[in-house]
Amino acid sequence: MTTQLQNDFSTMKPNRPWRPTPRKMVEDFLVIAIAAVLSPIIVQFTGLAGVSGNVLTFFVLSLVGSIGISYSRQGRKAVANAVATSLIYSSFTLVMLPLASILYTVISRGYQSLRINTFTQDMSLTQPEAAFDQGGALHAILGTLILVAIASAISVPLGILTGLYLTEIKGRAENLIRFLVQAMSGVPSIVAGLFIYSIIIIGSGGHYSGFAGALALSILMLPTVARTAEEVLKLIPNDLREAGVALGATQWRTVVMVVVPAARSGIITAIILGVARVAGETAPLLLTILGNNTTHFNPFDAPMSALPLYTFNLLRTGLNTAISRAWTGALVLMFIVLVLFIFARLGSGKKK
Amino acid sequence: MPDISALPETLPERRELTTVPRFSDKVFRGVVTAGGFVSLIVLGLIALFLATRSFDVFRMFKLGFVTGFNWDSGDPDNGITPILGIGAMLIGTLVVSFVGLVFALPIAVGTALYLTYYAPYWLKKPMTILVDLMAAIPSVIYGLWGFFILMPHAIYWAKLIHKYLGWFPTFSVPLPIFERSPFIAGLVLSVMIIPIITAISREVFSQVPLDRIQAAYALGATRWSMIRSVVLPFGSSGIAGGAMLGLGRAMGETVAVYLVLNLYFLPNFHVLFSAGGSVASMIVTKFGEAGSLELKGLMAAGLVLFIVTLIVNYLSNLIVRRASRSGR
Repeated sequence: MTTQLQNDFSTMKPNRPWRPTPRKMVEDFLVIAIAAVLSPIIVQFTGLAGVSGNVLTFFVLSLVGSIGISYSRQGRKAVANAVATSLIYSSFTLVMLPLASILYTVISRGYQSLRINTFTQDMSLTQPEAAFDQGGALHAILGTLILVAIASAISVPLGILTGLYLTEIKGRAENLIRFLVQAMSGVPSIVAGLFIYSIIIIGSGGHYSGFAGALALSILMLPTVARTAEEVLKLIPNDLREAGVALGATQWRTVVMVVVPAARSGIITAIILGVARVAGETAPLLLTILGNNTTHFNPFDAPMSALPLYTFNLLRTGLNTAISRAWTGALVLMFIVLVLFIFARLGSGKKK
Repeated sequence: MPDISALPETLPERRELTTVPRFSDKVFRGVVTAGGFVSLIVLGLIALFLATRSFDVFRMFKLGFVTGFNWDSGDPDNGITPILGIGAMLIGTLVVSFVGLVFALPIAVGTALYLTYYAPYWLKKPMTILVDLMAAIPSVIYGLWGFFILMPHAIYWAKLIHKYLGWFPTFSVPLPIFERSPFIAGLVLSVMIIPIITAISREVFSQVPLDRIQAAYALGATRWSMIRSVVLPFGSSGIAGGAMLGLGRAMGETVAVYLVLNLYFLPNFHVLFSAGGSVASMIVTKFGEAGSLELKGLMAAGLVLFIVTLIVNYLSNLIVRRASRSGR
């Protein structure tokens, strides 16, 4: 008897009363279909026009339809729920739309003038309106790499030290420093550029250089590295620190040989996020490295170029071919940022 | 029986147990503390240097620099005195950021709600990553996209708004020119700050106690009435803090605004009309041909922008921290 009962339970299918019945699904589909058919007709007869007009009409029609359905099914209270649900879904769509559009346009337009020589030549002998198989962004790519390398060399150690101060030392100024790091992450990039301009370019008598740009970038990079490093170091269990100290190690040995290695992948994520933050900065570079058309390796002696600045300056010329080159610059820049972003995600994903 | 004679005559002295850090630890603590104070030094230096470089400007124009509406580099040879004032740019910055916030806030909160309560489980993580990715896209790319792709659409929407809501003073235009208006700049900014507001709202929503959500459902709430009565009251201050943070980001945005906003040195509240202001993009615009006094004026503008964003960021951090600390 009991066994049979158990068998009955085990073979029982869970019925899910909240699942939409076929009839409901047909109704929902009909509403969308009717809205899709009606909206072009309405657009035809009113002053609306274009893709955005169609989308807007379709949205309003399907909203009205879903309100009607939920009112007929469950009464007034369900109407608020239906409206809110469609608004929330459409707000999410509104976020994905520009992202998809940005990715699509950067790739499709950037691809048009992407050639091998984009990576092997600079613009020193080429006018912006020349054919696409002449000239390239080599100087800008190299410039970005050099700038980012110098900025990292400055702000990665300082950022990690700040993170260590906030998690290991916990000195009297802990809250002040935490606040200041947050304040620093809100400093507009143009202000960082102005600051470096006022201290270094004016100080050296109008001498633009890649190093000045790297300093401006390191100001923007420092808070990102420091905050992420702090988050990661916080996750290291206290047991590890106590174990290190209990073995007779001094604090610095514990930190250097136990805590930091344990947080290594997270710290690498912090560095990558910092690099991704500054690789695309344009405004501070406008005031510090000025831009240049020739390939330059020495960051101390002359104006340099960088990918965002290359894109921006070509765009400012207003010529069609230059703008096409600017899209290619944007594509290369976007590719670099995307790769960095994916690496940062992979690193932080493994941690959890 | 142990061999007693093998033991040394005198036992070594007892090791001293002490909490005084060793010399190496003192060095370590000194280095780390010094590293920690870099942010203080940098912020102090920024304020100090911008203030000293722009001292002349503030002495010449006093408060008029912040309230004045005119930017004229003058011509000392012909006796035309320069007049520098960033009042219109400050108002323009506020208008543009506010327009951006008006669009970004509901969309970002809706997205955060979608990602927390509506999205199917397998979709949550990839979609969150995609929204975070938007924060990593360089601003010059937003500017490019805003100018070439968004602007044609936005002009159409602006004309539509003007046609049907033109009786409202803000939506009227003195001339039918809709390109590069505060409305369009605000739209681009809203796309740029949505990921920030979404991230902070999502963080707050994920802290809503589960028992309250379940209690609301148990009392027969629909999903929306649960959100309205549990999630939104709990998360309201977090949303406000996120909005402030987005506002601060929007006010400091330079390149994207430069590309999609037409600068005009008079306050303009007709958001659909092609005239606006932004301190940050004014600095870029004027930087190339600035004379020595004008350059000092740009430093002063940078200082004002720095102070304004610091205040906005301070307030937002205050609100967010209060939101996460009070364990309602």
